[in-house]
Amino acid sequence: MEWVLKNMRPGFGEALVELGEKYQQVVALNADLSGSTTTAMFDSAFPERFFNVGIAEQNMMGISAGLAATGKIVFASTFAMFAAGRAYDQIRQSIAYPKLNVKIVATHAGITVGGDGASHQMHEDLALMRVLPHMTVIAPADYWETRKAVLKVAETPGPCYIRLGRTDTPLIYDDTYDFQIGKASRLRDGEDVTIIAVGLMVAKALEAADVLKRKGISARVVNMSTIKPVDKNMIVEAARETGAIVTAEEHNMIVGMGSAVAEVLADYEPVPQRRVGIPDVFGESGESEELMEAYGLTVENIVENAKMAVSMKR
Amino acid sequence: MEMILVPLERMDYWYDIDPALPELRSTATRARKWILRSICEAGSGHPGGSLSIVEILTSLYFRVMRHDPENPLWEDRDRFVLSKGHGAPGLYAILALSGYFDEEELVTLRKLGSRLQGHPSMNKTPGIDMSTGSLGQGLSIAIGMALGARLDRKDYRVYCLLGDGESQEGQVWEASMAASHFKLDNLCTILDRNQLQIDGPTEKIMSLEPTFSKFKAFGWHVIEVNGHDLKELLRAFHEAETYKGKPTLIIANTIKGKGVSFMEGSLKFHGKAPSREELDQALRELGGEA
Repeated sequence: MEWVLKNMRPGFGEALVELGEKYQQVVALNADLSGSTTTAMFDSAFPERFFNVGIAEQNMMGISAGLAATGKIVFASTFAMFAAGRAYDQIRQSIAYPKLNVKIVATHAGITVGGDGASHQMHEDLALMRVLPHMTVIAPADYWETRKAVLKVAETPGPCYIRLGRTDTPLIYDDTYDFQIGKASRLRDGEDVTIIAVGLMVAKALEAADVLKRKGISARVVNMSTIKPVDKNMIVEAARETGAIVTAEEHNMIVGMGSAVAEVLADYEPVPQRRVGIPDVFGESGESEELMEAYGLTVENIVENAKMAVSMKR
Repeated sequence: MEMILVPLERMDYWYDIDPALPELRSTATRARKWILRSICEAGSGHPGGSLSIVEILTSLYFRVMRHDPENPLWEDRDRFVLSKGHGAPGLYAILALSGYFDEEELVTLRKLGSRLQGHPSMNKTPGIDMSTGSLGQGLSIAIGMALGARLDRKDYRVYCLLGDGESQEGQVWEASMAASHFKLDNLCTILDRNQLQIDGPTEKIMSLEPTFSKFKAFGWHVIEVNGHDLKELLRAFHEAETYKGKPTLIIANTIKGKGVSFMEGSLKFHGKAPSREELDQALRELGGEA
């Protein structure tokens, strides 16, 4: 499959500038990573509404909460490790519990951070964020979904976590895509198995569907970009119509998107499910593609698990 | 930049003859009694650190802050963040006495279904501007509110009450750095310097001194007062309001458990409710009207 690659992070930075023009209440905070998170664009456009707190993520979350309490629509951005990890308690106590209007946009999530190694490879953020009451959790698949999701969450009050990656990713959507919070999108029809993917694994899932087709297996592909609230209807429908599920995510296999899908299946429509994700280990340095290979985030692994899921059907 | 707009000598004179002082003192006593009754009724809570902040809260809610109990979400109100959230019984008592809700509701503290949670919850209790409880987070929030006021070109002020023990949290110092960096002169923080934390004296557990010069070095205008002297507190709040270009920190030297002989300076009553007998004795000691 020939992909057009584009980094998803500028989708955030550009949408943020658009929001800044539209809404006087939009403010942005950063912790010394304004270039990498692309919030520097907002700083250039609206310097009086941009606050760089230095390397102090806990303080950034608290200041964000205070600004939100005065009616601001707050975007706080840093790397996923330092948002969901370092400042977890601040997010829980000062943002989620009081249900304040803070949008945390966390970049550089997952193993594809690459050379920085395990200290910077955040594989736990979807888990940490989705167990927080009041929190909406979104992991866009490409540039366009990032852009649309950022615009959408600004118009939806309440705490939100958006997870972005570091690398250039295949374009799945175009400008006509209508992103809705809590609505998964069915990208490919199929009858034998459904691959539910998130983030950069969506493109791998589409490639896996092509491989499976050649092997005579018809695979449906769903992008579950909102991890919370998860799209129950889409999952139950897929389970009923295809009878087997594979999930694929660049996240620890424990408590991520795959677990969210498993919870829905257990409650409403138990069918065989196989999970593709990062095993319960810390990462290491390497090139992004090498790491994806080494940790099982591959088209081949999705294909193998899809075949297994199909064979497990009663 | 560092100038004081109103001559404080004249204000000192005013505070000496302030006719409202006896009433403020009586309000403080009533708040103390409600703190003790509500914690006794709850069976758990933090009397020591609630009693130490009574005069600070009394001066803020009855003299200093612009607020309206009839309209708790008034956009132009001054904001208050109780960073040391375990002082909630003190804040609840003051809010009830201010008219945010009935005094009788105070005895529902910590009970299932009550609006009065063990630690402040802004979405449950009228008059609470921010949920707190996990220590060290309030000052960052107050900074956000002060920045919000500045962006909206509003003249409301933000007050944050910080515990001394909680100042061992690193986030307090991240926030202290940011408050002066952003030159937030609409922010006033009060440090409840009662000298004790759960495990013992702050200076024995993890010393905070010299607090005055630490905050000064972090870029704050620092004032030190007797935290139980209403005149000194009112004077300090006035000085904070007129001081431009820097946030102000008021170090309020207080006594944990203030007002009750067997609780004053006592570690035991940091986080333990008084028994019925202890409550009766405490109420007798406090005297005054019911």
